[in-house]
Amino acid sequence: MSVLLHEDFTFIVQGITGREAVNLTRECLDYGSKIVGGVTPGRKGREVHGVPVFDTVEQAVEHHGSPPDGAVATVPPAFTKDAVFEAIENGIKLIVIVTERIPRRDVAEMVELASERGARIIGPNCLGVIAPGVAKMGGIGGPAKDARKAYEPGRVGVMSRSGGMTTEISSSLTAAGLGVSTAVSIGGDAIIGSTYAELMPLFEADEQTDAIVIYTEPGGRMEAELVDWREENGSRLAIIAFMAGKFMDDEEMQGMSFGHAGTIVEGAEDSATQKIARLQEAGIPVVERIDEIPGAVKDKLGAKV
Amino acid sequence: MRFYEYESRRIVERAGIPVTKYGFCTSAEEARKAAEEIGGSTVIKSQVLTGGRMKAGGVKFADTPEEAEAHAAEILELEISGHMPVGVLVDPKAEVEQEYYAAVLWDGRAKRPMMLFSDMGGIDIEQVAEEHPDHVGRRHLSNLHPISGFEAKQAVANCGMTGRELGQATRVLTALAQLQRDNDMTLAEINPLARLADGSFVALDAHMEMEDEAVGRHKRMLQEIGVDLDEPRELYEPSDFERNVKAIDSADHRGVIQGKDHGFTGNLGLVIGAGGGSLTLTDAVRSQGGQPANYAEIGGNPSVTKSKGLAMEVLKKDGVEKIAVMMSIVSNTRVDIVARGVIAACLELGKDPAETIAIFRIPGAWEEEGYKILDKYGVEYADRGTSMWDAAGTAVEKIQGGAV
Repeated sequence: MSVLLHEDFTFIVQGITGREAVNLTRECLDYGSKIVGGVTPGRKGREVHGVPVFDTVEQAVEHHGSPPDGAVATVPPAFTKDAVFEAIENGIKLIVIVTERIPRRDVAEMVELASERGARIIGPNCLGVIAPGVAKMGGIGGPAKDARKAYEPGRVGVMSRSGGMTTEISSSLTAAGLGVSTAVSIGGDAIIGSTYAELMPLFEADEQTDAIVIYTEPGGRMEAELVDWREENGSRLAIIAFMAGKFMDDEEMQGMSFGHAGTIVEGAEDSATQKIARLQEAGIPVVERIDEIPGAVKDKLGAKV
Repeated sequence: MRFYEYESRRIVERAGIPVTKYGFCTSAEEARKAAEEIGGSTVIKSQVLTGGRMKAGGVKFADTPEEAEAHAAEILELEISGHMPVGVLVDPKAEVEQEYYAAVLWDGRAKRPMMLFSDMGGIDIEQVAEEHPDHVGRRHLSNLHPISGFEAKQAVANCGMTGRELGQATRVLTALAQLQRDNDMTLAEINPLARLADGSFVALDAHMEMEDEAVGRHKRMLQEIGVDLDEPRELYEPSDFERNVKAIDSADHRGVIQGKDHGFTGNLGLVIGAGGGSLTLTDAVRSQGGQPANYAEIGGNPSVTKSKGLAMEVLKKDGVEKIAVMMSIVSNTRVDIVARGVIAACLELGKDPAETIAIFRIPGAWEEEGYKILDKYGVEYADRGTSMWDAAGTAVEKIQGGAV
């Protein structure tokens, strides 16, 4: 099993005629994903690698006979909100937003609509989701042959704020013989559709997953949220974390301060060092070196058996 | 995007929130005229994008227009934390009965904006929240539904206010919430919001920050309040390195390169990527005793020219002896293109690539082609079998070995 995706998972690509979307479509099809349509307004009747293009999501749904399971949104930032609203209102339940530089307010609106309609958003500013050997949704892992090389099916779930590091970490898990159950590039923006804590219940319920690796960076409060979630709900999964950007804690690197009001709303924003301490205190080991991840996962799994 | 106080004042005013009659002046002469027009005592405030104005002597009180002129002349020449003011604000010295605090900002965890209101304004809100939590009213806003007055009313009532003031404060906070939404503000804060002797409410100081990604859709408003969109509003002056890398990046739309050297003084140049990979690699170099000369991010498959441009700028930096070319596994950026770029940079500067490139570790798309080119020039490279940590370690060893 895997989370989010499955063997028969179908999706559409919004903005499919764009240069990057064409590549992404090729990569996903080669990997075995089922792309059942594409949408670019005004381009109805065309095909992209054999995938029919429509003007509206409604037409794509009609062609497919029912709403596909998912949509990948790769449209310019100014049009993303509308595209994602369109997907949600046409009954699509999983939306991966690849687009970068979307204003936060638009993201917040999309996320709120999704939650009202029982849909889930991954991203924005992410590479998508891959269930090794099953399907990939988005540019994650690159061309199918590269994705196969870096991602082998296995026991570890990966959640990463960096798209590139999702593949780097998964590749090391694959090389160590652990493999990956599902890897999710969750996106690096201030507000994202699905945080670590929001994805945890899915991995928790997935029989294939025994451990989780999270890659994180300075900024935001997602680690605190994960720690709280784990304390409230408990977890059968071993969790290992890696924190990049520790050098930003140095005084000479300090730039923008967050301001006082933000601190009262969300709690003091942690520095990299504080985040590490918070995770370690909660029993989530944070490895110092990126290449220590597979070993740390094995240690944790070994201890559990 | 950060705003000067006088700009924030204009934004607040446009949202229908009353402000005092003020003047933004760029000369002492203008300041005198503004003070004459206002009449009575005035406050002269430096307009800089940094805090600590009061302490630095950037805020002064004047009883006469002449005094206002003299203070303005001084403040206009006063540098505060490395920033020169763009002007002064001349404000009437208000007869304040009570000070309040009002703000609307993002709660990233709830993924919604939150309204804050306190009847203890003028001081640090963080302190109020800690010492008098019952004097801070809060309420989240929906992102989708229209903003309704009762929401602000609840936040205001939550800090213990009632009577005539409740309605007045509610109107201000509702307008501020609308302003935050309409203008993509990451922070919209009025502190203090004052009740004057005549019972009216005015914003005495405002602090606005607009999300950078949204600036493009507010150009008209920004022009109307007199913001120069070409004026850089960085926290520090960009270095030559930063400026040059930016120029190379904008000259070509393919791929992205970014370079920063603020705070970096080392001898090992970093030609690294992508976002998360760069953070990981910079840590790996430093944790193993290396001293990076810069930070960089390569992404989105840049052209040979762009990769070459970044490598040349790094190599031209004072004290840079070698460069490390490293990335996490790439699927979009092509290994061979980056390889050609960095080798071309060495050759153009008359340096031997084999000596200059301490390590090349970029696995992924088109790696075989890339490794062939690197072989030809005798550059040491590593594939995904070598971790990012070890690659960084090799680079550090080489540069330190060379110095001994």
